Amino acid sequence: MSEDQSTTTSSRRRVLEIDALTLQFGGLTALDDVTFHIEEGEILGLIGPNGAGKTTCFNAITGIYRPTRGDIRFEGTSIAGHKRFQITQLGVARTFQNIRLFRSMTALENVLVGADAKHSTGMASALFRLPKHRREEREGHDRAMELLAFMGLQKRADELAANLSYGDQRRLEIARAMATEPKLICLDEPAAGFNPAEKAQLMELIRRVRDQGYTVLLIEHDMKLVMGVTDRIVVLEFGRKIAEGTPAEIRDNPAVIAAYLGVDEEDAS
Amino acid sequence: MSKTPSVKGITSSFGSRVAGLPKPAKIGMWIALAVFAYALPLLEPPFISPPGTDFGGVLFTVTIYMLVALGLNIVVGYAGLLDLGYVGFYAVGAYTAAILTTFHANWPLLLALPFAVLASTVSGILLGAPTLRVRGDYLAIVTLGFGEIIRLVALNTEWLGASKGINDIARPPGVELFEIPHLNWDSGTPLLDFNDTTTFIEFGVLDQIPYYWMGLTVVIIVLFADKLIKDSRVGRAWEATREDEDVAELMGVPTFRFKLLAFATGAFIGGLAGALYASRQSFINPLSFLLLFSIMFLAAVVIGGQGNRWGVLVGAFLVAYLPERFREFTDFRVLVFGAALMLLAIFRPEGLLPPRRTVRAKQAAAEIEALEEGADGEETSRV
Repeated sequence: MSEDQSTTTSSRRRVLEIDALTLQFGGLTALDDVTFHIEEGEILGLIGPNGAGKTTCFNAITGIYRPTRGDIRFEGTSIAGHKRFQITQLGVARTFQNIRLFRSMTALENVLVGADAKHSTGMASALFRLPKHRREEREGHDRAMELLAFMGLQKRADELAANLSYGDQRRLEIARAMATEPKLICLDEPAAGFNPAEKAQLMELIRRVRDQGYTVLLIEHDMKLVMGVTDRIVVLEFGRKIAEGTPAEIRDNPAVIAAYLGVDEEDAS
Repeated sequence: MSKTPSVKGITSSFGSRVAGLPKPAKIGMWIALAVFAYALPLLEPPFISPPGTDFGGVLFTVTIYMLVALGLNIVVGYAGLLDLGYVGFYAVGAYTAAILTTFHANWPLLLALPFAVLASTVSGILLGAPTLRVRGDYLAIVTLGFGEIIRLVALNTEWLGASKGINDIARPPGVELFEIPHLNWDSGTPLLDFNDTTTFIEFGVLDQIPYYWMGLTVVIIVLFADKLIKDSRVGRAWEATREDEDVAELMGVPTFRFKLLAFATGAFIGGLAGALYASRQSFINPLSFLLLFSIMFLAAVVIGGQGNRWGVLVGAFLVAYLPERFREFTDFRVLVFGAALMLLAIFRPEGLLPPRRTVRAKQAAAEIEALEEGADGEETSRV
């Protein structure tokens, strides 16, 4: 299986390229010269101990932080310094480690906000119900219901996001991100707070998201989940990339084992 | 449906019952309501129509408050931007209409009106462009300052009439078609009173009912526009921004642009209300635009239930009508007002008619709480 991948990966298009990315907050270096890329249609795992800089990396990709040095290229063009909504409109969407839905809007409306990223209806269109408004509204609605059905949430479409169960909220966040029609979807610890059965379901779901043509970047703590679902893994520790490779390679990588198990310096090297 | 048989339950079940009616019945109901609203000052129902003052004039003031509340609701209720200087836009609209129709230009009102609205919209954009980058409390302070600056500029500019204000503001053009008799309740039963009539439709000095009709018409138009905008990408973007600005931005909403749009729309409606008010009053001075009015406008929105267009209409009605109806208690007005606000804050913190979804969220939260308490005294999980 891994042989098969290594032959195909090189020919695939690179969706996202992180090039010597460095992020400093005052004296603190959160990311230090991190370089990796994501290929079209793969699931890339980004792992590392707490505080390794995984979420910081996400925040840099989605435009919350501007890189101190280095570059982030999405489909060949640099997105470093772009506004956050522009990056989303280009095709990068994300979920959040701590769920951040629009709590007093319904599930359907949450997804519609995502779908609106590709729409341009303005005041005049809405006020006079111009054909553009009608078309975008219909398309957005259809797509949103499709995504809710995909997540198994279609019966809860009119429920307020705040009233959904924890798992449903997690799934709704993924649906909302998918609604922006991204090429790359970044999931920030989607399995946090899940029990093993729910995690297994989520793994299946992430695979199906990929099969729909999305490229997935996944931050996750749960090793079993990461090993089971990703094609490749990038490991961060203290803001540096310490390893990159297939799950099998990462599993046997002494530096990774050291980072996670805290082996003595001599043993690790 | 709901386990709590409170006012909350009654209002929401009434809402759902109305929503469940077939469409022709619903339309019929709305038309009946509108006809009643138009006819109200002619009916002069006892008790409701305030003794000693002109009912039409009071109702006109109510419609102006309703307009303002609808406009402010877009800014505060939908987009979640606390604006404490809304009277500033109202003043810009009023002053622009006043300047253009008096000694400076002598335009007819209908020509001045679009410019008044344009001026207030532009002032909204000019104020919003630099200030909407700050959030929450800071925005409140900046807008508070704006409202005062507009008033002080008017007070200190000779060209704007300074403290004397501006007289002889143009009235709307009228066509005198026919006379409509009022009802007279003196004998205990309603009788048509042909000595007391309103001319349809003459904007005179004494009879204020035609102004009320004009105000009501504008309110209805704005209500429709409000619904059309709210149920669209624009309305969703406002709400998403209100809920979580950072996330909205990350979901592809250009939040700054939409906040500015909300500000401009609010200013548009505020300016319109101000221009209509100036035209009816025919005389304005800086005292018509005190900070107190900003607070009253905001009170109308908050009392009614921010985010719900019907709620803010009710709020506007209460804030504008009750003080006029109970003029004899005018000395206690502020006291009663304060007490009412405190009671409201204690018993209905979301306002009298909060958006239905807020009601639903509260109910669900209460149910969950009840379930959790029933199960065991575990700490409430993730909130």
